[in-house]
Amino acid sequence: MSETAPVATDERVKKEPFLTKLMKRPELGAMAGVVLVVIFFAITADSSMFTLAGIMNFMTPAAQLGILAIGAALLMIGGEFDLSIGSMVAFSGLFFGVCVVTWQLPLILAIPMTFVFSACVGAINGNIVIRSGLPSFIVTLAFLFVLRGLSLVGLKMATNGSTQLRGVRDAVENDWLAPFFSGEAFGSLFAWLAANGMIDTFKNGAPKVPGIPVEILWFVAITLVATYVLLRTPVGNWIFASGGDKVAASNSGVPVSRVKVSLFMLTACCAALLAIITVMDAGSTDARRGFQKEFEAIIAAVIGGCLLTGGYGSAIGAFFGSIIFGMVVIGLTYTDFDQDWFQVFLGAMLLIAVLFNNAIRKRVTGER
Amino acid sequence: MTDDTKFHHGDTVGDVAPIVEMKNIEKHFGNIIALAGVSFEVKPGECHCLLGDNGAGKSTFIKTMSGVHKPTKGEIYFEGKPLHFDTPRDAMEAGIATVFQDLAMIPLMSVTRNFFMGREPTKGRGLFKRFDVDHANEICMEKMRKMGINLRGPDQAVGTLSGGERQTVAIARAVHFGAKILILDEPTSALGVRQTSNVLATIDNVRNQGIGVVFISHNVRHALAVGDRFTVLNRGKTLGTATRGEITPEELQDLMAGGQEMAQLEGSLGGTV
Repeated sequence: MSETAPVATDERVKKEPFLTKLMKRPELGAMAGVVLVVIFFAITADSSMFTLAGIMNFMTPAAQLGILAIGAALLMIGGEFDLSIGSMVAFSGLFFGVCVVTWQLPLILAIPMTFVFSACVGAINGNIVIRSGLPSFIVTLAFLFVLRGLSLVGLKMATNGSTQLRGVRDAVENDWLAPFFSGEAFGSLFAWLAANGMIDTFKNGAPKVPGIPVEILWFVAITLVATYVLLRTPVGNWIFASGGDKVAASNSGVPVSRVKVSLFMLTACCAALLAIITVMDAGSTDARRGFQKEFEAIIAAVIGGCLLTGGYGSAIGAFFGSIIFGMVVIGLTYTDFDQDWFQVFLGAMLLIAVLFNNAIRKRVTGER
Repeated sequence: MTDDTKFHHGDTVGDVAPIVEMKNIEKHFGNIIALAGVSFEVKPGECHCLLGDNGAGKSTFIKTMSGVHKPTKGEIYFEGKPLHFDTPRDAMEAGIATVFQDLAMIPLMSVTRNFFMGREPTKGRGLFKRFDVDHANEICMEKMRKMGINLRGPDQAVGTLSGGERQTVAIARAVHFGAKILILDEPTSALGVRQTSNVLATIDNVRNQGIGVVFISHNVRHALAVGDRFTVLNRGKTLGTATRGEITPEELQDLMAGGQEMAQLEGSLGGTV
């Protein structure tokens, strides 16, 4: 140690280049992915993809997936999986539909009830995982089928034999809360922009994009909140710790079980939010809602830099992962490629992301 | 014991009330009896060494003390009152800080995040109560510098530190959180010469602040360098407690190993163990 320097530095530590520092961010892979995908579509796709209307077009499915993916990412950082979120979307959609159509409740009651209901299902999921010590993979796989089945049975009971519950739109049309969960926001701003010729309009002067779909706003808001919680609150530290090593974390005083159960409840609530938004948008709910969304959400989280083993990842990464997903799904329709390439693309992205993440983790932990 | 150690030992006398008193602690794991009645006490300002060979039950015993395991039988008194710890958090809040053998460190997390894991400093209130990262980084860097370790930065992942450095982080963490009792489970087993003397000096320093230190080791030399009292565990039982000066290193070593075999070994190794 040197006596002269007030802050002694170790002569064996090399100065870190900016690029290496950047490499250590968990969301870097997803950001690089977004750039690559944009370049790909800029070359191959019709130029209308990157107009305002085109961007809204691919951001809407990205946001719908993203709402789930952020929840899934937090849970994965906390060291657990939830394969039942897709079924949870259908199940909470059913509950929400029954609330507004069958019981004729106003949204101010129906929405909180749907969240509480979903959180309870998430808590059951979480408690079984924590108390039994079984891998969350198995427990939530069971719930994937249980909840999907319950949604079917419940729908038939609610509608006397149909697997679709209609009439949601009529029931919520005039509710003052509806604009927060359906349609487009900032309509007047977009109308003003159109009137001043700043955005594209139809021939009659109406803007081509009537506003920002609310799910995009929810998506951005949830990403910001999740990032803040992860990086700047004690709870965020507990989530990383629980996922990194649950024994070490609980020995250090982190309430690991409580953190994990809360995360299960959170993912269930994300599923409920998506269900409320999409059910109100479609005006009906059916048993196939959210089908296979669990895999897509996990893929988005992994592309976003979450490790399958937990303890590492970011919400911003999942945000970009979801955008990649939306761009690929919608973007292919702007190209000459067969749309079914999308699945090939998604699988390949996942594989590349996992390989990339593995390399990054080794760098971060300095594994030799 | 020669008096060539640089530490001036605590003047603990018999009449000081112990902070923690554990009586006849038993712990069974299924049909395995890990502890078969261990009694132990720690007084303020003393370093009480817990010695024993591998499998003697040292780690199990201190885990009952730090709230990780619940004793099957036996009583724990903290400052004279009977006490139960349901979680490590309870023990921590009562003032028992532990540095476990496995260190309770998470390699993927930064040094600061590990340092404050479970006890994050916050600022703001209500909904805006947040992890005070800058303050935490500052404390962490300063404490680590005091222990003689220069971090690349507070955001350096613990996985990139060497075993000895991790040990030092763990001890610095325990000391920082101002415990009444500091339990160190084999803190010197993975350390080099300089780090060892650093740790022993830290123990001395902590003891002088009136904190009771429980020092678990199977290295008699390290124990004798700082210990005030020595309790030897063997096969889940206490073989007795000796005060400093009452016992020679050879006697201690024999007690730990359980007698004869050690003597034979020592003969063939020329007394170097």
